[in-house]
Amino acid sequence: MKGLNIIVLAKQVPDTRNVGKDAMKADGTVNRAALPAIFNPEDLNALEQALRVKDAVPGTTVTILTMGPGRAAEIIREGMYRGADGGVLLTDRAFAGSDTLATSYALSQAVKELGKVDLIVAGRQAIDGDTAQVGPQVAEKLGLNQITYAEEIVAEKGNKLKVVRRLENGVETVRTKLPLVVTVTGSAPDCRSRNAKRLMKFKHAKTLNELQNETQDYTHLYDERPWLTIKELTVSDIEVDHEQLGLSGSPTKVKKIENVVLQAKEAKKLSTADEDIDSLMKELIESHVIG
Amino acid sequence: MNSVFVYCEIEDGVVAEVSQELLTKGRSLADELKCDLEAIAIGSGLEGIEKQILPFGVDTLYTADDKRLYPYTTQPHTSIVVKLFQEVKPQIALMGASSIGRDLGPRVSSALHSGLTADCTSLIIGDHEDKKAKKKYENLLYQIRPAFGGNIIATIINPDCRPQMATVREGVMKKEVRDENYKGEVKALDVNKYVSDEDFAVEIIERHLEKSKVNIKGAQVVIAGGYGVGSKENFDLLHELAAVLGGEVGASRAAVDAGYADHERQIGQTGVTVRPKLYIACGISGQVQHRAGMEESAQIISINTDPNAPINAIADYVITGDVAEVVPKMIKFYKQNTK
Repeated sequence: MKGLNIIVLAKQVPDTRNVGKDAMKADGTVNRAALPAIFNPEDLNALEQALRVKDAVPGTTVTILTMGPGRAAEIIREGMYRGADGGVLLTDRAFAGSDTLATSYALSQAVKELGKVDLIVAGRQAIDGDTAQVGPQVAEKLGLNQITYAEEIVAEKGNKLKVVRRLENGVETVRTKLPLVVTVTGSAPDCRSRNAKRLMKFKHAKTLNELQNETQDYTHLYDERPWLTIKELTVSDIEVDHEQLGLSGSPTKVKKIENVVLQAKEAKKLSTADEDIDSLMKELIESHVIG
Repeated sequence: MNSVFVYCEIEDGVVAEVSQELLTKGRSLADELKCDLEAIAIGSGLEGIEKQILPFGVDTLYTADDKRLYPYTTQPHTSIVVKLFQEVKPQIALMGASSIGRDLGPRVSSALHSGLTADCTSLIIGDHEDKKAKKKYENLLYQIRPAFGGNIIATIINPDCRPQMATVREGVMKKEVRDENYKGEVKALDVNKYVSDEDFAVEIIERHLEKSKVNIKGAQVVIAGGYGVGSKENFDLLHELAAVLGGEVGASRAAVDAGYADHERQIGQTGVTVRPKLYIACGISGQVQHRAGMEESAQIISINTDPNAPINAIADYVITGDVAEVVPKMIKFYKQNTK
């Protein structure tokens, strides 16, 4: 099999385990700046599958594509430390407020900009939304077939892939031809860790915007080492219908956001003392809740 | 009035539980909107399938019967649903938040440029006013779901695009037959008008479906463990208590992630929803996604070392203490009192 051109769709997500008061903006959208940001866990599973195909098929390149603010370049570097060949940051204010469909539109237009693609791999879903929609929506926009819930991807001769899918009620193995979009679940193998040599090689990889914020001029270094420049795409670099971007391109609107406030009700408070547990069990038996 | 539409999943000639629940919800939405309820069954060997579907109050059932349409693959089912939606223009479309619905739904929404909300926990009809655009909308579908790690509850609407699409997990809605003799119409689709040969590019080599071994949904007593249970060994205590009380063991997402319990035991927004007579929450803090899957339990006992655990707010009994100490005592005193 010839080397494949693989794109990994990845997202930098707010770590939803650490959400503070200022996490939401007044318009109901997420204030990402106020939260710690991480590589979406299932996108790391997806990256690992892409890297395994690269290990098996010489000449394969793995490129991370992410849409987000400038700091999302962090996950591209993270991916490069772990084995990705490079990455592209799709960033523009025009994308702000995108729902899954507007996001998928922007991503698919960016994919078209990146030349011939054999395989697109993405995490099944991101922990900030848990929707699992962007993968299939990108596939539809690109007119590609899709395999969701993948646990294992194996490249086969004849430009085909064998994919093992983990469904809620079992396992299914399918075969299909490339090009293709595959989404990977969290039960797939964990991503390999950072490689020390790659860390040294790529730790100064930066987007042009990040470079402009440097206090010293390293331009010559980046001219000599092209792998240190992380490609940035903005709306002006891709062909888009502006009506399909951001809030205006999003059919779903957030009508209301409620912060979760628990309403206390009168609970019987018990200790671990024998008498307490004994009387609790008696009460439950007498009221026929158990027994 | 445009219809409410339900995509029915069929496995081994049986309409999936989640689809039956959605047909029930779809019927009540259609009643409120004074419109028809329509449904589609796509598969192979579907003769008589209407007997399982029409009783939920379905006015029109479309069938697409073809050997190649079972088991489910993405592309042909997408082609059929997309084309049919273009023809019948439903105002609302519901699918299960299952591995089929979550594969098909986004694909269809992308093709039709219609909004889709995943994993809704509640669906209601309501109005909306867009003050900026000075537009009023009547009878929209409010799609309500926890988001953002369960820290918020979001109400999502699709003001301008149709159908308004939503997926819902199994067990979230209740299932209720409308009328065993409900008079609905069956329309068999000419499959070849809806699919092309290229749609069948995915070949299924092997399929291992296993009936879920655990039946938490049907259990009257659920003993659920969270991260606070602390170890797999302590989880064994919960199994003991479940065996004694005739219940099942459930788990929070954190406990499943920590490897204390299998995924099929997960309760909550991304797991199953339960409504037992008694729910014993052991070492569960009670994030909103977890509560979404158990808060309708008739009685709730919370065992937690933290007296301020959020779950205590919805509990009927709060035992402040260590699971490893309390659970064996529950077993002991249950046995003593039932002798």
